[in-house]
Amino acid sequence: MEFGPHLVLAILEGAVGAAVLALTALGLSLVFGVMRVVNVAHGEFFMLGAVMAWFVAAAIGGHPAVGFIAALVIAPLVAGVIAMAADWLVLKRVNYDPEATIVATIGLLYIMQQSALMLYGPEARPVEAPFNSRIALPWVEWGEAGLQLYYPWGFGTTSYKLFVIVAAVVLLLAFWAFLSRTRFGLVMRATQLDRETALAFGIPVETVYALVFGLGAALAALAAVLIVPIQQAHYLMGGDPLLLSFIVVIIGGLGSIRGTIVAALLIGMSDGVISVFFSPTLAKILATLLVALVLVFRPQGLYGKTAT
Amino acid sequence: MRPETRALVLHLGVIAGLAALYPLLPTYHQGNLTRILVLAIYATGYNVLFGYTGLLSLGHAMFFGAGMYGLGLPMQHLGLPALPAFVLGTACAATLAAAVAALALRTAGVAFMIVTLMFSQAAFLTILYFTTWTRGEEGFVLARGARRIAGLDFSTPDVRFWTAFALFATALLLTLWMARSRFGHVLVAIRENEERTRMLGYDVQSHKFRAVVISGAFAGASGAAYGLFFGYVGATFASVQYSIFPLLWVLLGGAGTILGPLVGTAFMFYLINWAQDLTSAYMLVAGVVLVLLTLFARAGIVGEIRKRWLGWLP
Repeated sequence: MEFGPHLVLAILEGAVGAAVLALTALGLSLVFGVMRVVNVAHGEFFMLGAVMAWFVAAAIGGHPAVGFIAALVIAPLVAGVIAMAADWLVLKRVNYDPEATIVATIGLLYIMQQSALMLYGPEARPVEAPFNSRIALPWVEWGEAGLQLYYPWGFGTTSYKLFVIVAAVVLLLAFWAFLSRTRFGLVMRATQLDRETALAFGIPVETVYALVFGLGAALAALAAVLIVPIQQAHYLMGGDPLLLSFIVVIIGGLGSIRGTIVAALLIGMSDGVISVFFSPTLAKILATLLVALVLVFRPQGLYGKTAT
Repeated sequence: MRPETRALVLHLGVIAGLAALYPLLPTYHQGNLTRILVLAIYATGYNVLFGYTGLLSLGHAMFFGAGMYGLGLPMQHLGLPALPAFVLGTACAATLAAAVAALALRTAGVAFMIVTLMFSQAAFLTILYFTTWTRGEEGFVLARGARRIAGLDFSTPDVRFWTAFALFATALLLTLWMARSRFGHVLVAIRENEERTRMLGYDVQSHKFRAVVISGAFAGASGAAYGLFFGYVGATFASVQYSIFPLLWVLLGGAGTILGPLVGTAFMFYLINWAQDLTSAYMLVAGVVLVLLTLFARAGIVGEIRKRWLGWLP
């Protein structure tokens, strides 16, 4: 009873990471798909979500669940509004020129990160999970005396981690329904397919862009609120999700939502598994090299159709 | 005077001005000027790629870091003398640049930026991974006794400055010469219209490749000099922040101008210094400057001067 249980644990940890990563990367992928904008500040919206969750929890007090639910609503809203303002004030004015938007979003990254340092401080602060009971996992193994059941065997998971996985799946399904069943989803897809024609058919493309940019940031913030009871809120926490989201969006194929989800599962899981058995740094080195090589040799990614 | 002569006189004048300025400055600013000149070499190299060739790299910190670690690791662990270590550091950066160019130049535009960013991130993480030798983020200090070349002791500020000055002057004149050479003109042609340049029969790919290697070698020389002069080698210098800095300096000073990198580096150095006195969130200034530049002054300081008054500036 050595390798097997550890693998199960690693997969479980990986699944939590993959769930949150899928939500974060979806935001980045959406923004790139519809607006053709590479949002380097995406990780900072994630950080903003986590920091907001802490502020909301601290301000409301009482049972952690109350603060958590409030944060689930408030944090994405705040992130979305800030992103829309950034779109209106900066990105729109440089006409979404690819190089200028990258430089501008690098600027936004520092503005948001350093503002958080000033207003929130350099400490990492925990946010209490709304519920957090330990769940011991059973383990069955073929031993000397036939099939043996080990329960409890010392390791387990928490109910909150399972909740994160379920919540992410529900949110992803809801998002898919939103994209394919609602009018705004249709408008968004039309803008993505052909900006000019959409404009000709009277779709207010500029408003759509602002909303998409806001929605992308809100998704990152939402993912952060989910993960913050497990991690901690810190002003530098945006770096890793940004890097991983980039990796996921590129491997999945730029702008392909389906590819993003598949790649998030792949990368999140393997990141979790490699981190447990080898080292987290090694996992990241391999992932970054992989993404660079994917861009070089297969720029369309797993599911993308056209190279950009 | 012909524009060529005028430009040469101007740049020699700037170099002479720097030399004349140094003895007049108070000690604190003397030290700053040394740092600015070393970093301006980095910016000058970045400008070759970004300003003249039109390729935006987000991963130059890996070349700066390769120079620094290429110098520092053999000095620390193998006892290599400073001069061969400096050459080795620069060569490491150039070799890395050649390897990265061979892969990254298969992409263009946004993909090129992301590929360079990813390679640089992998390089940074590799430094952290081999903490036993590199000492990771903490870094290591180069022994004072080892930091000397033929009687020049780099722990004395004056020696540091004049060596930095000589290196920077070389870098500046090299880029000036490059910008006016046939090679430089082809680079500008690639920046302006890659398709047309290819149609005219130029080997675009090999020109871009050479631009990346030259740019990487400059960055590596700067990184090696920085480690040698200030006696410290650390992973921070290979982090994303150090890839953003040269972009910021060049954008602020003026991309595609010879003097822009120096002007941008000096401005930003003092701006960040000033902000550091006010708050620990000093990188906020960098963010604001980046956004303002993209919104209002895409040409940068020297670029705006060229646009408005001095059209002959190279």
